[in-house]
Amino acid sequence: MNEVVKNRELKEKISQDYEWGFSTEIEQEFAPKGLNEDTVRFISSKKNEPEWMLDWRLKAYRAWLEMEEVSWAKLDIPAIDYQDAYYYAAPKAKPKLASLDELDPEIRRTYEKLGIPIEEQKVLAGVEGAAKVAVDAVFDSVSVATTFREELKKAGVIFLSISEAIREYPELVQKYLGSVVPQRDNYFACLNSAVFSDGTFVYVPEGVRCPMELSTYFRINAENTGQFERTLIVADKGAYVSYLEGCTAPMRDENQLHAAVVEIFAHEDAEVKYSTVQNWYPGDKEGRGGIFNFVTKRALCSGDRSKVSWTQIETGSAITWKYPSCILKGDGSVGEFYSVALTNNRQQADTGTKMIHIGANTRSTIVSKGISAGRSNNTYRGLVRVLPRAENVRNFTQCDSLLLGSECGAHTVPYIEVKNPTATIEHEATTSKISEDQLFYAMSRGLDQEAAVALIVNGFAREVLKQLPMEFAVEAQKLLGISLEGSVG
Amino acid sequence: MLHIEDLHATVADKPILNGVSLDVPAGEVHAIMGPNGSGKSTLAYVLAGRPGYEVSEGGATFNGRDLLAMEPHERAAAGLFLGFQYPVEIPGISYLQFLRESLNSQRRSRGEAELGGGEFIKLAKSQAALLGMDAEMLKRPVNVGFSGGEKKRAEMVQMGIMSPKFAVLDETDSGLDIDALKAVGAGINRIMRAPDKGVLLITHYQRLLDYVEPDKVHVLRSGRIERSGGPELALELEREGYAEAEA
Repeated sequence: MNEVVKNRELKEKISQDYEWGFSTEIEQEFAPKGLNEDTVRFISSKKNEPEWMLDWRLKAYRAWLEMEEVSWAKLDIPAIDYQDAYYYAAPKAKPKLASLDELDPEIRRTYEKLGIPIEEQKVLAGVEGAAKVAVDAVFDSVSVATTFREELKKAGVIFLSISEAIREYPELVQKYLGSVVPQRDNYFACLNSAVFSDGTFVYVPEGVRCPMELSTYFRINAENTGQFERTLIVADKGAYVSYLEGCTAPMRDENQLHAAVVEIFAHEDAEVKYSTVQNWYPGDKEGRGGIFNFVTKRALCSGDRSKVSWTQIETGSAITWKYPSCILKGDGSVGEFYSVALTNNRQQADTGTKMIHIGANTRSTIVSKGISAGRSNNTYRGLVRVLPRAENVRNFTQCDSLLLGSECGAHTVPYIEVKNPTATIEHEATTSKISEDQLFYAMSRGLDQEAAVALIVNGFAREVLKQLPMEFAVEAQKLLGISLEGSVG
Repeated sequence: MLHIEDLHATVADKPILNGVSLDVPAGEVHAIMGPNGSGKSTLAYVLAGRPGYEVSEGGATFNGRDLLAMEPHERAAAGLFLGFQYPVEIPGISYLQFLRESLNSQRRSRGEAELGGGEFIKLAKSQAALLGMDAEMLKRPVNVGFSGGEKKRAEMVQMGIMSPKFAVLDETDSGLDIDALKAVGAGINRIMRAPDKGVLLITHYQRLLDYVEPDKVHVLRSGRIERSGGPELALELEREGYAEAEA
């Protein structure tokens, strides 16, 4: 059976079950198709939001109506009909399968290669009735989850879904929401501000070192937050937190458009480490059906000596548009960006960072590794801006591209704007093809072609992978290999 | 053990091997000598299965199996080892990781149990020590920043770890100082001199043969075995040069 047929069958199955789901159980749990002020009101009321939140959303919605989609990226974006989409669906609106046997065998094979336990596979695939079991499986028992929450509470760390936070900590949310990414920042961020479904709120109080890595994974997989996710992380003076987003398992989602916003606010001497593994469905070999991922991620290093470090492993989505950035406002603040972006088949990625140096003695490091295979296009786009009053700024940028095959593209678009002569800016860039010498050498030692490619690519990405927390790094390594299967030879 | 018959091969449509026939029985070391451009490295690459080296006629069997039908990694698993003339750098991957993955991949395809981390490190360290190499070097990325001599020594450490049945060593002696040459020679004897193993030693000069005494010496010229003989043939070539030997 060929892939097209398989996909069609899967889609039919999904849409059948989907309709069934809507017409019976959860009738009032979704907003009608399309986007207007009523949709925004509906979302807000579903979440029992206070008046100020609704007003904030409506303001964003009205602003969005007057904005235009971005066109400067090196991306071929099909026209998106914003009225032909659902903007709010209840948590369980993922396609339901009766068992794992109904899942696309390709995806199932990937789960198995990644070594994901059966119960977790069921949750990821959206198998009926899986969630409860999986929560138990993930946490071993509910009590572990409770312990986890207790421990955070003892440390004074707030870690909640953003909907809960809006209700429980309205002053904090109101103070910081939109303070790093203003509503009108860009088209997709503005849309997100109007309709965000859910997301995460983290507050680490002054002087507190968060006792564990915070992971969206721990926040119980019940919510369907992928489409318009909103994350807000605040690290107060001298606080430290490491946050992990995403999951190496390929995630299916029937919402093609994703527009997430992540804001990080770092006070004096605070440090935030944000790691992402993004593996949304990339579409089939011809590029049909993949996720469009338009993400705005930005950190404000507001206080002196604050530090924010972004690490991302981007292997999924049909289109990736994403520039995790740092505004280095506090004197001596530090911004870092470590990225691996891998594209295969028909995938397109335009990703990079912005380092805006406002404070004196601010430093930034950018390490970008682009890997292109198949007929994909992979662009690094990065801005380093030094403002007139920023004395003694240092930036180091390294961007390397690796090509697999001869039909893919790698592009590097650096923008450097320096308004202060004391700045030291270094930029290094390389583009290379995966070498036949390396492949043959590795194969002659006993590795098959796929293992040899995976090994060489992992070596190429090493500098970035080593920034990830241990367990994440191991999974990410496997993921790079799996994403490139069949791309050479 | 290794049987090559009337082997013809081309590289980029250019004929390089023009009918090589050769038999290396188990327990023997054969040296292939010859002037530059005679096809020595091509023979090594064809035996190891390098893409781009096309066999147009003839064949080769390894312990009775059709060698040329196998993928390079299958040849490795079957027990064939190629020592590279120019070992390749793999940035970002340590020798330890590279060799452990490679060895375990071979073991898996032979149906043997994989070596655990501790076990493998012990093996790697002991092999490095036997070749006089600091085991710390195995933590460095594969061949990156190694001198020519260090790379060749590292190839022998790899061979020690893999413990192949048959080794094709392509100018393993080039770029070695006298101490390294002795160490490499001793390594070849220790790892490969056994009744059930064989070696094809490709070299330009006689000097490695002072340390690894061949059972047979073959002279390759214009893609054919031109002469074969005992160890004395290597000495004759050394004395008189390839041009004289031809006459």
